Amino acid sequence: MSALPETLPASTPAARPLLLGGVGPLVILLVGLAVSPVLLSAYATVTLMPVIAYGIAVLGMNILFGYTGMLSFGHAMFLAIGAYCAAVATQHGILSFEWILLVASGVGASIALIVGALCVRFTHIFFGVLTLAIGMLLHSFLFKFYDLTGGDQGMRVLRPTLLGQTWDMSATQFLSGPFYYYCLVVYVVFVLVTYRMIKSPVGLHLQAIRDNENKARYLGVHVYRLRLGAFVLSGMLGSIGGAMLGVSTGLADPELAYWTQSGNLIFMLVLGGAGTFSGPGVGALIFVLLQDIAASETQYWRFLLGATLTVLVLALPDGLLGTLSKYRGPGKNPGAQP
Amino acid sequence: MQYLNLILAGLFQAAVLFLVACGLQLIFGVQKIVNLACGSFYALGAFFAITVVSIVQQWQLPALLLIPVLVLAGLAIGLVGAPLELMLRPVYRRDPSYQLLLTFGLVLMFQDVFRFFWGAAPRSMDTALYGAYGTLEAQAVSIPIYNLLVILASIAIALILGLTLKRSRVGRIVRATAENRDMTEALGVNASRVFTLVFTVGCILGTVGGALIVPTSAASLTMAAELVVDAFAVVVIGGLGSMAGAVAGAVIVGLMRTVAVTFASEVEILSIYLVVVAVLLFRPKGLFGKEAV
Repeated sequence: MSALPETLPASTPAARPLLLGGVGPLVILLVGLAVSPVLLSAYATVTLMPVIAYGIAVLGMNILFGYTGMLSFGHAMFLAIGAYCAAVATQHGILSFEWILLVASGVGASIALIVGALCVRFTHIFFGVLTLAIGMLLHSFLFKFYDLTGGDQGMRVLRPTLLGQTWDMSATQFLSGPFYYYCLVVYVVFVLVTYRMIKSPVGLHLQAIRDNENKARYLGVHVYRLRLGAFVLSGMLGSIGGAMLGVSTGLADPELAYWTQSGNLIFMLVLGGAGTFSGPGVGALIFVLLQDIAASETQYWRFLLGATLTVLVLALPDGLLGTLSKYRGPGKNPGAQP
Repeated sequence: MQYLNLILAGLFQAAVLFLVACGLQLIFGVQKIVNLACGSFYALGAFFAITVVSIVQQWQLPALLLIPVLVLAGLAIGLVGAPLELMLRPVYRRDPSYQLLLTFGLVLMFQDVFRFFWGAAPRSMDTALYGAYGTLEAQAVSIPIYNLLVILASIAIALILGLTLKRSRVGRIVRATAENRDMTEALGVNASRVFTLVFTVGCILGTVGGALIVPTSAASLTMAAELVVDAFAVVVIGGLGSMAGAVAGAVIVGLMRTVAVTFASEVEILSIYLVVVAVLLFRPKGLFGKEAV
């Protein structure tokens, strides 16, 4: 640590949050998602499905990176764990989506506990490299063990039942109707839970660890335990998002675990604003739209995404929401930067 | 002596992997930036080398000039590191996470640059060139001479780099800048220029590595992301920022990979990562690392 130059914290919490203490943009997003099946075509609604799934996963990443300061470059492994849990469960006759979510979050949390116990001893770059390595371990397992996981073909995810009901309709109708609202409700629940958590003493401890690990430790914060907790929670949320993704695409494939997918998750987080509460949702929405639009216009959409990321990091490191709230001037805190 | 063949094949992999990992270590050691784009430089070197060789072939040069041409191609295209370093300047004093993100942006952009100039299909080089070097046969051992020369070239580069860093004036300045940038600046060193130099050399190591691999295997769009995984395994095993670690890590990963491919191809990458996890458990700072950050 000593050789490293002093680094700025990931974001300056002194800036005044946007709208309703920073929750406003997310509320608008959720309301927008809720009414979009009514306003948009079924097809357009299905393209919004990943926003919810990624939204939940990035919600977890935000706790880990935005609030605790740990950048995981292997988080896509949890997406894959969730999707493969859904695949295995539905193929073995467990069709209830409630059970699938429970199994996915249980498996995701257990794996996160093991991986986290190994990794959270490290911070910053070492943590990023290690999580990348372990994520790729899972990827190569999924990719190479053909008999168990279907290799590069992946595994099919069958249509689950929701609340004990089977839905006899076309895939588009199912995904844009009952499944969409089901996932949206789950999303809202997790938004509320994480909001409570971030405002609670635990959340403040996490932020203290992010801003100054040593000081937090002197003040009696259980750094290791809380970091591990944040990692497990974010792993669990990632698995839940992954299970939703698996059902919506009908496929669990190893590419979900590839490290560039983790990069995309981080991209969404930084796009919206790491450490702002609404950032993850807004980032997921803009990323999905950007990718859809760019990919339909040009085959060189990755370049566009990369350039956007570069500009973001260089010019707007606090993301869209973080930057907006900064420009609204300093908050009540007199020591805040303008 | 089937094993000797296997070891030599592994060392060839290790030689190329070492070059890329060495670039990664150099950049991390001095600039404290983990360069996710190291794989992209490797792929850039590979693609560019194919183009250069196809142009040079029209001049009917002797096939034995292949290695010098490849190295020169790698050197030339590696110079793109200098302008790219300018882009990294604003983030040196920011949280390392943002440095990772910036290099991830480079990875995304490079991938489409390759697609634009070289197309989506894998490209490979005329295998006659590779064959022109012949094969060394001694009793049961048979190794393509090209592979042998690349291993030697890689060792030579390692020695030159090591000696330059340890003994020369430039090397001392680079090491001092790595140790304490502010202090060396106070002593009159233009640290910005040192950073540009180091980043460019790091890129060149990657592009030369890519250029040297391309006669034996095709250049594809996925090679960049795949190599990052191997290079990271090398640096975690060897220890982040350590040159000796890059050598040891590259040899371990190269050998593991060839052995695994021969005997149990399912566990190819898995076996490498098991070593990574074992190193983490028993020696978290890596074999030659000084301190885990």
